[in-house]
Amino acid sequence: MATNRQAAASSPWRAPIVLAILAVLFVLEGTVRNGMFSGSWNTALAILNMGLISAIVALGVNMQWGYAGLFNVGVVGFLAVGGLAPVLVSLPPVEGAWDAGGPRLILSLLVGLGVLAAAKIVYTRWRKGWLVALVLIAGFFLFRHLFDPAVVAIEANNPARHGNIGGLGMPILTSWLVGGLFAAAAAWAIGKVALGLRSDYLAIATLGIGEIIVAVLRNEEWLARGVMNVTSIPRPVAYEIDLQRNPDFAEFAAGWGLPVAEASGIWVKLSYMSLFLVVLLAIMLLAELALKSPWGRMMRAIRDNETAAEAMGKNVTGRHLQVFILGSAVIGIAGAMMVTLDGLLAPTSYNPLRYTFLIWVMVIVGGSGNNWGAVLGAVLIWFLWIKAEVWGPALIGLLTGPMADGPLKAHLLESAPHMRFIAMGAVLLLVLRFAPRGLVPER
Amino acid sequence: MDILNGLVVFLNFVFIPAAAYGAQLALGALGVTLIYGILRFSNFAHGDTMAFGTAIVILLTWGLQALGVSIFPLPTALLALPLAIALTALLVLGTDRAVYRFYRKQKAAPIIFVMASVGVMFVMNGLTRLLIGVNEQRFDDGARFLIDVRTFREMTGLAEGLALRSTQALTVVLAFAVMVALFWFLNRTRSGKAMRAYSDNEDLALLSGIDPERVVRLTWIIAAGLMVIAGTLYGLDKSFRPFNYFQILLPIFAAAIVGGLGNPLGAIAGGFLVAFSEVAVTYPWVRVVGYIAPWYDPGQGNLMQLLGTEYKFAVSFVILIVVLLFKPTGLFRGKSV
Repeated sequence: MATNRQAAASSPWRAPIVLAILAVLFVLEGTVRNGMFSGSWNTALAILNMGLISAIVALGVNMQWGYAGLFNVGVVGFLAVGGLAPVLVSLPPVEGAWDAGGPRLILSLLVGLGVLAAAKIVYTRWRKGWLVALVLIAGFFLFRHLFDPAVVAIEANNPARHGNIGGLGMPILTSWLVGGLFAAAAAWAIGKVALGLRSDYLAIATLGIGEIIVAVLRNEEWLARGVMNVTSIPRPVAYEIDLQRNPDFAEFAAGWGLPVAEASGIWVKLSYMSLFLVVLLAIMLLAELALKSPWGRMMRAIRDNETAAEAMGKNVTGRHLQVFILGSAVIGIAGAMMVTLDGLLAPTSYNPLRYTFLIWVMVIVGGSGNNWGAVLGAVLIWFLWIKAEVWGPALIGLLTGPMADGPLKAHLLESAPHMRFIAMGAVLLLVLRFAPRGLVPER
Repeated sequence: MDILNGLVVFLNFVFIPAAAYGAQLALGALGVTLIYGILRFSNFAHGDTMAFGTAIVILLTWGLQALGVSIFPLPTALLALPLAIALTALLVLGTDRAVYRFYRKQKAAPIIFVMASVGVMFVMNGLTRLLIGVNEQRFDDGARFLIDVRTFREMTGLAEGLALRSTQALTVVLAFAVMVALFWFLNRTRSGKAMRAYSDNEDLALLSGIDPERVVRLTWIIAAGLMVIAGTLYGLDKSFRPFNYFQILLPIFAAAIVGGLGNPLGAIAGGFLVAFSEVAVTYPWVRVVGYIAPWYDPGQGNLMQLLGTEYKFAVSFVILIVVLLFKPTGLFRGKSV
C-alpha cells in the first residue's frame, strides 16, 4: 500500500456515537409506526439479526482488506460455500441416497483431487506441459466415469422430496464451524494461485471463484438440490409454533402485555440474536487480540510497505495467504449462520451485488482496518439498505408529487427501488474519496 | 457426405457461435486492456458500463422504430450507435473527472482504483436499472438470417442445415472493422502513438511533452466506443439482460489476461481463445461424432458433453487460473507482474 493509513488520531468517541445512533434507529424502528418506521419489534429484530451476520462477514472482509490490503470480490462465493455446511452436516441423512451412490461419489471426488495432486507432482518433477495436460485429461475422463453414474443414482432417489446426498444429522451449531472450514479450503485453493501476483489478479480470480461456487450450488442437484432449494434446515432455537402451544409461554407473554404470536416471534429472534452476538463477540475478541499481537503489527507493516517488510525477512505471500484463509473462514461461518437463520438454502438468492459489493460498502464506510468500524458500518448500512426499500419510493413519491401524471412519473415511481444501487455506489465513492478512513478510523 | 454433414454441424453449432461470441469478447477485452495500459487498473465497471451503453442504444432504437426509420436489412440499432457512443463517452469522461482523476493526482495504489471502479459499477448498474429495468429486452430487427437452414439444405442437398444469423455475420464484420480502425489509430496517428508511448513509459512520455490528461481522455472515449459496440453486438446476438453484462466480466478479464493485460493484439487473441474453448467444452459433440465416426457408439443418453452449459464461466476461470499459474504476463507479452 502506498497510502499510509495511520494518519492523524481521531476522536475516541466516534465508535460510541455511531453505536448510539444505531441504538436510536433500532428503537425507533421497534416503537414508532409512521411512514418511515414499521413500529414492530419483529421487523426491527429481523433487520438486526441479518445486520449481525453482515457484521461477521464484514469482519472477515476487514481482516483481508484492513489488515492486509487484499481485495476479495468473491465474498458471495465464500458465503455460499459456508451455507452448504448446514445442509451437508445437519440435515438428517436421506434414506437410500448413500446406498445409491455415496461411496462411488466420494471415490470420484477423491480421484478428482488425486488427479490435481498428480498433475502438480508431475509438473514439479518433470516440468513438461504436455505431460501435465495428459494427466489432467485422462484424470478428467476417469473422474467423469466414476462421478456421473453416482450422481444419476443419487438424483433418482426420491427426486420429488430429496434427490440429494443428505446430511450427517449432526447438531446445527457444528455446521457453522464446518462452513468456516469449507470457505477456508476454497480460499486456500484460490489464494495459492492468485496471491503473490499483481494485486488486481486476486480480485479477478475471486470474482471467478465466487461465480463458480454459486453456479455449482445452483446446478449440482445431488449436493443441495440445486434450484429446488433445501428447506427445513434444523434450528438451534425454539419454533414459534411450539412456544405458542406452551401455556407457560402464553402466561409470560401476557405478563409483557403482548399477543402470543408476536411474543413468540420476538422470543425466537432474540434467541438468534444472542447466539449471533456470542459468535460475533468471540470472533471480535480473537481478531482484536490478533491485531494487537506481534502478528497483527507484522500484517500492518506488510500492508503499509510490502518491500520494506520483505526486506525485514517477512514472507509476504505466505502471510497474505494466511490472512486470506482466516478472513474467508469467518465469511464462511457467517454463510452457515445465514442459512441457519433463513432455515433455507436458496442458491438463486446469492446475488453478488447484494452479498459482495454491499459488504464492501459496509467495510469502507465503517472504517477499513478497524474491527469496530467494520461491525458498526455493517449494521448501519444493512439498516439503511433495508429501509431504503421503503424510503426510496416514498422520497420519489414526494419529489414527483407536483409532477403531472404521465409515463415519466410512472417510470420514476416504478424504478425507485433501483435507486438503492445508485445510492450505495455513491456512498462508496464519496467515503472512499472524502473520508477514506471511514466512520471509525483505524487506531 | 457424412464428413460434410459433420462439418456442417460443427460450423453451425460451434464455429459460427464461437466466432461471434469471440468477436464480442475481443471488443470487450480490448477496452479492458486499453484502460489497463493507460490508467493501470482493471476496470470492474466495464460490464455494467457496457450494459448502460447498450441500454441507451435500445432506447434510441425504439425511438427510431417509432419514427419509422429503418435500414433494412441491417438492424436499426446500428443507426443508434454513434449517438449512444457519444452519450456513453460523455458519461465515462464525467466519471473519470469525478472519480478517477483524483486518485491519479494522488498516485493512489492500483487497488484503490479497482475499488473505485466497483463503486462506479454499482452506480452504472443502478443507472441501467433506472433506464430500462432488469428484464430481458429484444431490440434486433432487420433480416434475421443470411443463410437459413432450409435454403442451405436445398442448395447443398445435405441432411444437416446451416444457419448464419445476420447478427452473427454483422458481429464479426463490424468487430473486424473496429479492430482494424483501432490498430490503424494506435500505430499510424500521432495521438495513437502518444497513447502507446504513455502506456510503455509514463515518465518518458511526460518528458516528450505528451499531455497525460489528453491521453486519458482519448482512452476513455475509445473505451466507451468499444464498450457500446461490444455490448450492442452481444445484445443483438443473445438478447439484452443487464445481469448478463455483469457476468460477462469474467470471460472478458480472462481474455484480456490470457493475451497479456495492456496488449491489444493479445486481447483479441484471448477473446477468441476463451470463446472457442467455452463453446467447445460445453457443446454436446454426439452429433458431430455420429457423422465423422459412425462406428463409434457412445451409448444411450451420452451427449459427449465435457461440461454442462451452466458451467461455461468455469471454462474462462480455468483458462485464467492456468495462465496465472504458468504465464502471469499472458501469452503475448503484457505488462510486467
